[in-house]
Amino acid sequence: MDTPHLSVRELTKRFGAFVALERVSLDVAAGEFVCFLGPSGCGKTTLLRAIAGLERQDSGRVLIGGRDLSDAPPSARDFGIVFQSYALFPNLTVSENVGFGLVNRRRPAAEVRRRVDELLATVGLPEQAGKFPGQLSGGQQQRVALARALATSPSLLLLDEPLSALDARVRLRLRDELKALQRRLGITTIMVTHDQDEALGLADRMVVMNRGTIEQAGTPRQVYDAPATPFVADFVGTMNFLACVADAGDRVRVGGIELRCAQPHGLPAGRAARLGIRPEAVRLPRQVNGHANTLLARVDQVGFHGGFVRASLLPLEAPEVRIAADLSSGEADAPRLACGAELPIALPPDRLRVYPA
Amino acid sequence: MAATLPGAPAADRARTHERALLGAGVTAVAAVLLAIVALPLASLLVKSFQDGDGAFVGLANYARWFATPALVASLWNSVWVSLLATAIVIPLAFAYAYAITRTSMPAKPAFVAVALLPLFTPSLLPAISLIYVFGNQGFLKSWLFGHTVYGPIGIVLAQVFYCFPHAFLIVATALGLADQRLYDAAQALGTSRWRTFLAVTLPGAKYGLTSAAFVVFTLVVTDFGIPKVIGGQFAVLATDAYKQVVGQQNFPMGAVVGFILLVPAVLAFAVDRLTHRRQVALLSARAVPLVPARQPTLDAAALAFCAAFGLLLVGVIAVAVWASFVTYWPYNLSLSLKHYRFEEFDAAGWAPWFNSVAMASLAAAIGTAVVFAGAYFVEKGRGFGPVRGLIQLLAMLPMAVPGLVLGLAYVFFFNAPWNPLGVFYATLLLLAVNSVAHFYTVAHVTAVTALKQIDPEFESVSQSLRVPWWTMLRRVTLPICLPAVLDIFVYLFVNALTTVSAVIFLYGAHTKLAAISIVHMDEAGATAAAAAMATVVFVTALAAKLLHLALARWVFGRLQAWRRR
Repeated sequence: MDTPHLSVRELTKRFGAFVALERVSLDVAAGEFVCFLGPSGCGKTTLLRAIAGLERQDSGRVLIGGRDLSDAPPSARDFGIVFQSYALFPNLTVSENVGFGLVNRRRPAAEVRRRVDELLATVGLPEQAGKFPGQLSGGQQQRVALARALATSPSLLLLDEPLSALDARVRLRLRDELKALQRRLGITTIMVTHDQDEALGLADRMVVMNRGTIEQAGTPRQVYDAPATPFVADFVGTMNFLACVADAGDRVRVGGIELRCAQPHGLPAGRAARLGIRPEAVRLPRQVNGHANTLLARVDQVGFHGGFVRASLLPLEAPEVRIAADLSSGEADAPRLACGAELPIALPPDRLRVYPA
Repeated sequence: MAATLPGAPAADRARTHERALLGAGVTAVAAVLLAIVALPLASLLVKSFQDGDGAFVGLANYARWFATPALVASLWNSVWVSLLATAIVIPLAFAYAYAITRTSMPAKPAFVAVALLPLFTPSLLPAISLIYVFGNQGFLKSWLFGHTVYGPIGIVLAQVFYCFPHAFLIVATALGLADQRLYDAAQALGTSRWRTFLAVTLPGAKYGLTSAAFVVFTLVVTDFGIPKVIGGQFAVLATDAYKQVVGQQNFPMGAVVGFILLVPAVLAFAVDRLTHRRQVALLSARAVPLVPARQPTLDAAALAFCAAFGLLLVGVIAVAVWASFVTYWPYNLSLSLKHYRFEEFDAAGWAPWFNSVAMASLAAAIGTAVVFAGAYFVEKGRGFGPVRGLIQLLAMLPMAVPGLVLGLAYVFFFNAPWNPLGVFYATLLLLAVNSVAHFYTVAHVTAVTALKQIDPEFESVSQSLRVPWWTMLRRVTLPICLPAVLDIFVYLFVNALTTVSAVIFLYGAHTKLAAISIVHMDEAGATAAAAAMATVVFVTALAAKLLHLALARWVFGRLQAWRRR
């Protein structure tokens, strides 16, 4: 990465005794779409507001476009922002809202009008210019808010849970449009969300936060396939956690079963650990032989989830361990998945993750 | 889209400018509040520790006050009269508010309007009415079985009328905030109506009732007009303070009484703050508003009660209005306008009315500007934390200061020889400023409430768009708050027009107000003329309110089309 467009250095913010951000550092490249993901109270919104200058950090630096703006007010930071509440001015029409930041810069009226029309076309609302926000649907209002944020051609777009107030269908459509728009404009974008699907689907890079720190930053693929911590594994997608004991090299022991991982886990032998595997990574082969890490298990429960079926499995040699396995609905029709049935299951070595307990 | 960064130095200059202007505004409002609230009260406090020549005497004045039996007797009088009036008003207000909020009786808006009528009369009006009904020549004098209306009876009756709308508004708000689900649950459990009332309704209204009781008690203790007109020889604290200052020119003693009057008001204020904090937690955002079910018997009883009590309220006003037109009570009941020729009863003639309207307009204009600016800085300002905190504190303080005390404080502060602001003494401007200070808190809370309803992210957006705060205020914040601004203007106008307690100490030869003229004409025995002036004030206040309603309708209809969905 060459000079990042945005650089956050060791940012710390406390609210009384509560630590909202603890020495957070992060670089965002120009044109990148970054999502901050985490549970409520994890500090993601505080981080966004600190970048915007709406919240003053206790210590640490914020650099935008190479300039140190740590102490600059929001108006000096050159960003556009969209909030979950839309924050549209209710007494101004759609075009007055979009042009709000332009009129102030003493641009000629005709130029402002042209720019407003252009922006409304960009967000797909050319017909609504004369209406008041109260007359628009939630999705339309959020498009207006986006157009207003883009009006002054900022170098950075900040989105604070922009889709959370919308109903599911509109949210999906707007998500795709947002992605396409960001690609087209090439604007550096940061979005805060608590919805992992949104982050996985939108981000070039996602930043998973917990208790004021960054747990992991990486592409959605990296974060999903190789979660750096149990927290990330549990927060993004679902993960089976099995208590285990580390053995030498690439081996671990779960109850009486020895399992092999694709790579050495690096823990000393005898150390208590947690073994993680995604439910969809669990295989149900026809025979016990021919697969690594294969064991016999009994089907305890089967839950129907529409597109997939989740089976709850108890290994015969370690019945205190419960393993969830996801299968596509078609795959799961077989009578061998009846409750109480016994069948072989395989835990592919390359899908196993070992975390210190 | 090219990212064009503005020239950094120009942008920095604009920002410094923006901040400087905000600082100037915040400081100006704080300075105004210091001058019109804090400093006068401080001089009152100082005065109560000085003798007549200004020498420090410690608590000697207080000791002397408590050693004078006649003065301590008026403390006791004030307390028991206020307790009695409170004990009568609260159940009445509760019953009336219950009928409005919890039954499905007809004509509710009309009954609400009737309940609020006393707000538009000077407190002197019910006292004058009662004199006509139960006074020496009253047509129902025999109903008092030989007791006189001039004294505690008259005071309590008049206070019930005068305080009723205040109690009603508070209790109705508390009863209005009910959760339908609690009643559904009670019904599903087969709870009787009476038990539901005891277990759900009363606890829900508990805080509203305590708050109302304290407000009424304070209003009665500190009211000056009613005991002045109908109190006769019955001395209370408020009339004592007046006698000490106006009658005997004993300013230190007046200051002592002023401070004693402050005690119940401050107590009431503190209790009110506490109960408010709890009331908030009572109703969650997910509550389902209560819709009263039809209950024919209850509805009929509610209607009968409201009709009877409403008739009494209207009757009190009607008697004063009627009496003002009667030629010579009670001997010649033919109607005439002769009591409206005020110059025959008071040398100032109609001038006090013009003064009052001018003063009330001035108070409304100045007050609305200062109050809104102060509320804006408190709620939306950035930085200047301590000064904004000071504004908030000084804005809430007047709620705990009775008008009489504030009036005395103004005498001591603005009449002091060292004070250059003394040039304003006895001017309409000072009377207006005094009224602004007197009624500041309710206006401030109205403005803050309106501002709080505006999404705080608006300010974030305007900062990100580099729009200066005053542009944001002019184009968005102020238009959204326009209805609240109108409310504040009319509230200040009506109250400045009808008040008597604070201004009685402050008027000058050319700035006598209508309410003061009522006191003087009544003192001089021209009760009919006093009734006539009270009627004129009532009609003026009511006209202002009706104008407000019409204007508000127009504002909503034309200027604020965006409010329609």
